[in-house]
Amino acid sequence: MAANKEASLSTSGLPGQAESPVDMEEWLHMYRQMFRIRSFEEQVNQLYTKAIMPGLAHLYIGEEAIAVGVCEALNKTDYITSTHRGHGHCLAKGASPDRMFAELLGKDAGYCRGKGGSMHIADQEGGNLGANAIVGAGAGIATGAAFSAKMRKSDQVAVSFFGEGALGQGLLYEVMNMASLWKLPILYVCENNLYNEYTPYKQTTAGEISARPAAFGIRVEEVDGQDVRTVHYTARRLIEYARAGHGPAFLLCNTYRYHGHHVGDINRTYYRSKEEELHWSTERDPLKMLATWLTEQGAADDSIINQIEKEAHAEIQAAVEFGIQAPYPDPKEVDEHVYA
Amino acid sequence: MSTHKTSAPATARVSRANGEPVHNKAEREITMAQAVREALAEEMRRDPRVFIMGEDVAEAGTPFKVLLGLVDEFGTDRVIDTPISEPGFCAIGVGAAMTGMRPVIDIMFGDFLTLTMDQIANQAAKIRYMSGGKFKVPIVFRTTLGATRRSAAQHSQSLHAWPSHVPGLKVALPSTPYDAKGLLKTAIRDDNPVVYFEDKMNFQTKGLVPEGEILIPFGVADIKRSGTDITLVATSSMVYVALGAADKLKEIGISAEVIDPRTLFPLDKQTLIDSARKTSRAIIIDEGYERYGVTGELASVIADGAFYYLDAPVKRMGAMDVPIPFSPALEDLTVPTAETVFQAAKTLCGRS
Ligand SMILES: Cc1ncc(C[n+]2csc(CCOP(=O)(O)OP(=O)(O)O)c2C)c(N)n1
Repeated sequence: MAANKEASLSTSGLPGQAESPVDMEEWLHMYRQMFRIRSFEEQVNQLYTKAIMPGLAHLYIGEEAIAVGVCEALNKTDYITSTHRGHGHCLAKGASPDRMFAELLGKDAGYCRGKGGSMHIADQEGGNLGANAIVGAGAGIATGAAFSAKMRKSDQVAVSFFGEGALGQGLLYEVMNMASLWKLPILYVCENNLYNEYTPYKQTTAGEISARPAAFGIRVEEVDGQDVRTVHYTARRLIEYARAGHGPAFLLCNTYRYHGHHVGDINRTYYRSKEEELHWSTERDPLKMLATWLTEQGAADDSIINQIEKEAHAEIQAAVEFGIQAPYPDPKEVDEHVYA
Repeated sequence: MSTHKTSAPATARVSRANGEPVHNKAEREITMAQAVREALAEEMRRDPRVFIMGEDVAEAGTPFKVLLGLVDEFGTDRVIDTPISEPGFCAIGVGAAMTGMRPVIDIMFGDFLTLTMDQIANQAAKIRYMSGGKFKVPIVFRTTLGATRRSAAQHSQSLHAWPSHVPGLKVALPSTPYDAKGLLKTAIRDDNPVVYFEDKMNFQTKGLVPEGEILIPFGVADIKRSGTDITLVATSSMVYVALGAADKLKEIGISAEVIDPRTLFPLDKQTLIDSARKTSRAIIIDEGYERYGVTGELASVIADGAFYYLDAPVKRMGAMDVPIPFSPALEDLTVPTAETVFQAAKTLCGRS
């Protein structure tokens, strides 16, 4: 199968003649990654409904192609910053689901010893500088990481994932301005899932989104965020561009979250229709789209896809079990780690 | 006697009774501004990860000229002029600190802390804790405090109580050139976010400072003047106000001890308590707004630790609870002066 390389494609975002195509093995790997995220999030939802998980969580289901398509174009030593909807970014950057579940459940074995939880999960070894519960704040930190990478001449790139709601934050424009002035190696990835919480983004966002980074002289590409192949090829190009010292880039991904703003957001008809939800989950699903394409290419069939899903499901199942069984932190940890 | 808060001598000849180790190096008289510059230059020479970022910090050396000349030695790669984007460059500092650098972020006026509080209080202060101790954020936010510069309500505030309120931050506020140098060098080497305040009225104040290495540990108060009858705990330039008051008190036979905590967090509670136990009376003098302020916190430390030794309630003297007015006739009324402290101390000592 490895030899079965993708032929040159003409769809926008897909590789031109000169670019090296992606192995079918790699697409299968990305399918697995997307499925792991979906399976992880479905478990999170269950932990919430069964009242096992403290607090709330924001599910990434529907948006998997973005985290996976982008992170597969990164090195382990590259940085990302994430958001309140951050489990997908964290997994895609290489975190292991058992320690993630432990964190979400407030356990000592969690990535942050149970002190961060869903909205602050971070994985220093994997280059994830953290989810952030302040909308837009990750863009500042990622720009700082890119600044530091440039100062240290380290060849690292930083990626900041954020929802279109962050377009309302002045911080984003301040740091994009500096990133462009100083040619920082950063990719801003805007996940436009159409809603700032419960408000359609059209009500909050004037003009064209892509015109905003463009005004700072930042290279912008807009892609179908449900198509992992387009996301990946475009991200690869923009990350290479940033790494080569040409400056920041902005990747606008059009996407949709299938579930509520958070796990408790059940009745949504006052802000979006059931038909709209159904359209995205049936016609625009990133997993289905990739599976269909892989099958068409002869790179996969139902049994291969089923096998991947079965393995991933088992992994996530074991991970959630690990999280549930893991002990809580010792009470004496409460005032540890305030200062270094 | 002037009512102006900076009526204290221009040269900071204050003792270091609590003292740092005696230095063999030559001591020279330099200004607060020179001391700050010297600390930065020494740390930047020592550690290539240290850099300075802020508005007009490079060729202009800040509007206060404190950083003048640093760019000549370290270049614009390490002394970096930014757009007027306080949240933005503070955020870049935080991200850089998390990934191996040691930024010193220049916030021109302490009043602009209002714009940066998400970066300082929600990001820098919490990242270590939220990550379960994985990340550290070694960053210094250098800014100013202090009224009586006729700069009105948005350029005169002393907001050091704000970061002092937030776990995860350290706060230093030197009163003398010696302390300015020693505390800034310590701040830069600290692995935690430190907010460091200089009184903008004191940049030309002179004092003896040794050449080369001085590191003042955080959480060690300094007894600026020893006394037996009343304790005056004073921060930043209020130390000079307290020393001025102590001079006047001496004339009427009252011996005042003047203590400068130097860092609000960590706080050297014991030195404050010991002094109050000895003198049995205490006044806290600070230029932040009096209500819910530093004076309240320090007064409670003394009330708690020296209760059975006190002969009078602990007195608080902060800035008047009004936005700082422009008119000199009004502005001077809003901050403690040597005269007002003298009067309060006299009353506390039962002398009318
Ligand atoms: C500065 C700030 N304001 C408000 C909130 C509350 N809040 C949390 S998520 C959210 C909506 C974010 O929308 P978007 O950025 O599009 O991300 P999405 O949830 O759609 O992924 C809001 C308003 C917050 N966390 N931070």
